Amino acid sequence: MRRWITWSTGFWVGLFAVTWLLSSYSFQLYKALDARWIVRFPKAYELPTESRISALLDWLVDSAHFVFFTFRDLTRAIAALIEIPYQFLRNLLIEGFQSGLGAEAVQIAPSLSWIAVIGVAVLIAHFARDLSLGALTGVCFLYLAVFGQWASAMVTMASVLIAVPIGAVGGLLLGIAAYRSPLFEKLLRPFLDLMQTVPVFAYLVPVLILFGFGPVAALVATVIYAMPPMVRVTIVALKAVPEEIKEAGRMVGCTRHQMMWKVLVPSASPALMVGVNQVIMLTLNMVIIASMIGAGGLGFDVLASLRRLDIGGGIEAGLAIVVMAIALDRVSQAFASRGVHEHRSGSYLKRHPWTSTSFAIIVGTLLLGQFIPAVQTYPKDLTITTGPFWTASIEWINVNFFDAFEAIKLVVLQGLLLPVKKFFTGIPWAWGIIATGLFAWKLAGWRMGLMAMLFMAFISASGLWGKTMVTIYLCGVSVFLASLIGIPLGIWAAERPRAGRVILGLMDTLQTLPSFVYLIPVVMLFRVGDFSAMIAVVLYALAPAVRYAAFGLREVPAHLIEAGRMAGCTPRQILFRIKLPLATPHLLLGLNQTIMLALSMLVITALVGTRDLGQEVYIALTKANAGQGIVAGLCVAFIAIIADRVVHAAADGQRRRLGL
Amino acid sequence: MKFLAAASALSLAALPVMADSADPIKLTLHDWSGQLITTTLMGEVLKAGGHNVEYVQADYIAQFAGLETGDLHVAMEIWETTGREAMDAATGTGKVVNLGSTGMDAIEEWWFPSYMKDVCPGLPNWEALNDCASEFATAETAPMGRYLGGPVTWGGFDDERVEALEMDFEVVHAGTDAALFAELESAYQRKAPIVLWIYSPHWAPAKYDGEFVEFPPYSVECYNDPSVGINPDAAYDCGKPTGPIWKVAHAGLQESHPDATKAIVNFNISNADMGAMVAEVDLNGKSVEETVAAWMDANQDTWKAWLN
Repeated sequence: MRRWITWSTGFWVGLFAVTWLLSSYSFQLYKALDARWIVRFPKAYELPTESRISALLDWLVDSAHFVFFTFRDLTRAIAALIEIPYQFLRNLLIEGFQSGLGAEAVQIAPSLSWIAVIGVAVLIAHFARDLSLGALTGVCFLYLAVFGQWASAMVTMASVLIAVPIGAVGGLLLGIAAYRSPLFEKLLRPFLDLMQTVPVFAYLVPVLILFGFGPVAALVATVIYAMPPMVRVTIVALKAVPEEIKEAGRMVGCTRHQMMWKVLVPSASPALMVGVNQVIMLTLNMVIIASMIGAGGLGFDVLASLRRLDIGGGIEAGLAIVVMAIALDRVSQAFASRGVHEHRSGSYLKRHPWTSTSFAIIVGTLLLGQFIPAVQTYPKDLTITTGPFWTASIEWINVNFFDAFEAIKLVVLQGLLLPVKKFFTGIPWAWGIIATGLFAWKLAGWRMGLMAMLFMAFISASGLWGKTMVTIYLCGVSVFLASLIGIPLGIWAAERPRAGRVILGLMDTLQTLPSFVYLIPVVMLFRVGDFSAMIAVVLYALAPAVRYAAFGLREVPAHLIEAGRMAGCTPRQILFRIKLPLATPHLLLGLNQTIMLALSMLVITALVGTRDLGQEVYIALTKANAGQGIVAGLCVAFIAIIADRVVHAAADGQRRRLGL
Repeated sequence: MKFLAAASALSLAALPVMADSADPIKLTLHDWSGQLITTTLMGEVLKAGGHNVEYVQADYIAQFAGLETGDLHVAMEIWETTGREAMDAATGTGKVVNLGSTGMDAIEEWWFPSYMKDVCPGLPNWEALNDCASEFATAETAPMGRYLGGPVTWGGFDDERVEALEMDFEVVHAGTDAALFAELESAYQRKAPIVLWIYSPHWAPAKYDGEFVEFPPYSVECYNDPSVGINPDAAYDCGKPTGPIWKVAHAGLQESHPDATKAIVNFNISNADMGAMVAEVDLNGKSVEETVAAWMDANQDTWKAWLN
């Protein structure tokens, strides 16, 4: 045991020392040997991936032909198919039904009134659990009306109501296919990894070209981003169905089809709802990016307010997204934990109280709305705004505390950011490939080591080594700080349930509040630069560190804590000697999620001005260069995949050592 | 049957002669107020002329793909200074046409708030700016002054300009213009030193009191020929070009909507009118629709002339 530790420690110290030496002296080495290839990947050997991918996409768009139709005909047909229900929902929720065009348009029927939408939402929540959930949902929707966000919120709602079913059902079907065929699962896995890790900005341009401009393209991009967790959850949930249930299904002579839809899917449904919940959250995360390519709605309001520095307006529209997320999240979770209810008997009204009440509200407000406009549309005079308050508070902080912030910033910048940046950007690419390989091999086995080396070689050969190192540095520092703040917060949340509720609620808000909303005040207080980017990343990536820490500590078996108490441990000892070591696998998974979120956020921080892969993806987007975007996106994905596998391997190793 | 034909001919004669198709013309909206105003104005004028109009949100550069295929029809603001490259690529395919200038001229240049004149009396002269470069220094750039440039995608050759004019400034690039103006707002609130990239027409020059820095005047030769200008060995030793804001359209629009295309070509508005409308929207909190309607009320003759 002792020997093993020394060997392992020696390995890490050696790896770090060599890397550090090479990083510090790579420039001198290049001068001494007159070998520029040490610090820069030789241009002549760079792979033409960018132009290849661009050419492939051009071919797909312009000339790919499947006998009867072109590839673009196919994607356009899909777009038209999605357009129908989407347009219907928009008409239903906000625009009203019209026939004819422009000046000759005649209104056939008005949209649902705001009262009707709120009423139906409350009833659905009541049906899902109880009256208090109904009240919460009602308050959330009322916020949208009172703060003047109604019209935009309903546009966003329409896209969520289309994207979530497509994502959930599509994910379910793919998951079932993967469950049935292990080969398909193997083929699917890398695609899922890429869908989750390639930044959305990278494929916006191809999606636009294939699916046409407008909300449908945004919906497609949203589904690509939001579906993978559903697939993964489905596979796990189906595999977890107890053998006895399957046996019972077989004994009553189920066909394959019946087995799946009458036995497996129903018994896995609570777990499946967790996947649906993920789809909802990710869909709402995409609202801002989707609005950049024409989804409109709340995301557009956030972007437009911030472009004119209307911080209050941005915060209100951002909070509207948060309350929508909260309402949808709580209701979907309620459906997940909802047991089977007894069948009611009696008249139709008695058997279907919710449906009939909804119907009554809709018809009632429809009729009343013809005479009283306030019933149809929330009166504009009654909306309130907190905009001036936010603007004034930011100004007050800015004028009074800027110098103090500046001092803190300098300390962090010089003590942490700059040295780490120098270390990473100094690593010569050739050693970087080897070092990553050794790192991955030690933690996750030789296969992963080989894969990591291939990934890093691809990055160097694409000419993106420098930007990748900046990405790793920014992401690394942010993850370090997020864990430093997040894990103690998580411990606190687990030890003190009341504080925990507040902390976890705050984390929900931070995660669903579009990062753009706080990016702008951060820039006002800390100027454009790495520090602002880092703060935004830390704020966004904090949530999983906190959540997994809290979850991990709560999951520690009670009998082990009891044993500790019997042995006379102080609460402090229980925490540090029992709970924390046992919670390490969860802490590591939290770390994994923190890394993933930090990487996805880096693309957003390119909007304040960083010089990393995020910027590369963003430049590609603004220049509509599909190839450049996808290559840079792949580089981000490769870093994410390496990090994911290594951390997972570490967590598994830890679990085995603890005998869990 | 004959009767029907006669009736339809009659009803056609009663309406103003319209060769245009009834399909809606799709105008693109981006995310800055000036562009929303220009586009809404065009759209409302077209509606007044009996055309059907649809507004579609699209990204400034990514929209060219849509303009080429005909998914989108008209983009009202392509800036010479930032959109030229993408516009040339699109018109080069023959599927997109340039419908001429909007009448507005884009200005992009280094800009400083007026209170900096107290610290640096020679402004707006660029040499005077350079003499007090240290006033603009921050901890990260010291001893150099800090100049906040636009996103790298905007081009502008600021790094080259600083080199060519041997200025003691370090160029820091903002990621988006939202970040750019956030810094300006912050500095302006504290009356702190700042010099940054500002463009016009925009609400910022209307809201904040300040001036553009005066560089040696731009010429094509200055950008292309190192020997021209103050520094005999470097290009870009002068200010930035100003240029028109263009209107572009899908090439097929001329066939399907000839009258509307004429109206779009005729569209013309001055920097001053646009600046006033942008200020109404961004500073006084009016909606784009209200502002456009007010302008159309006050300038009936102007826009009616576009339709003929």
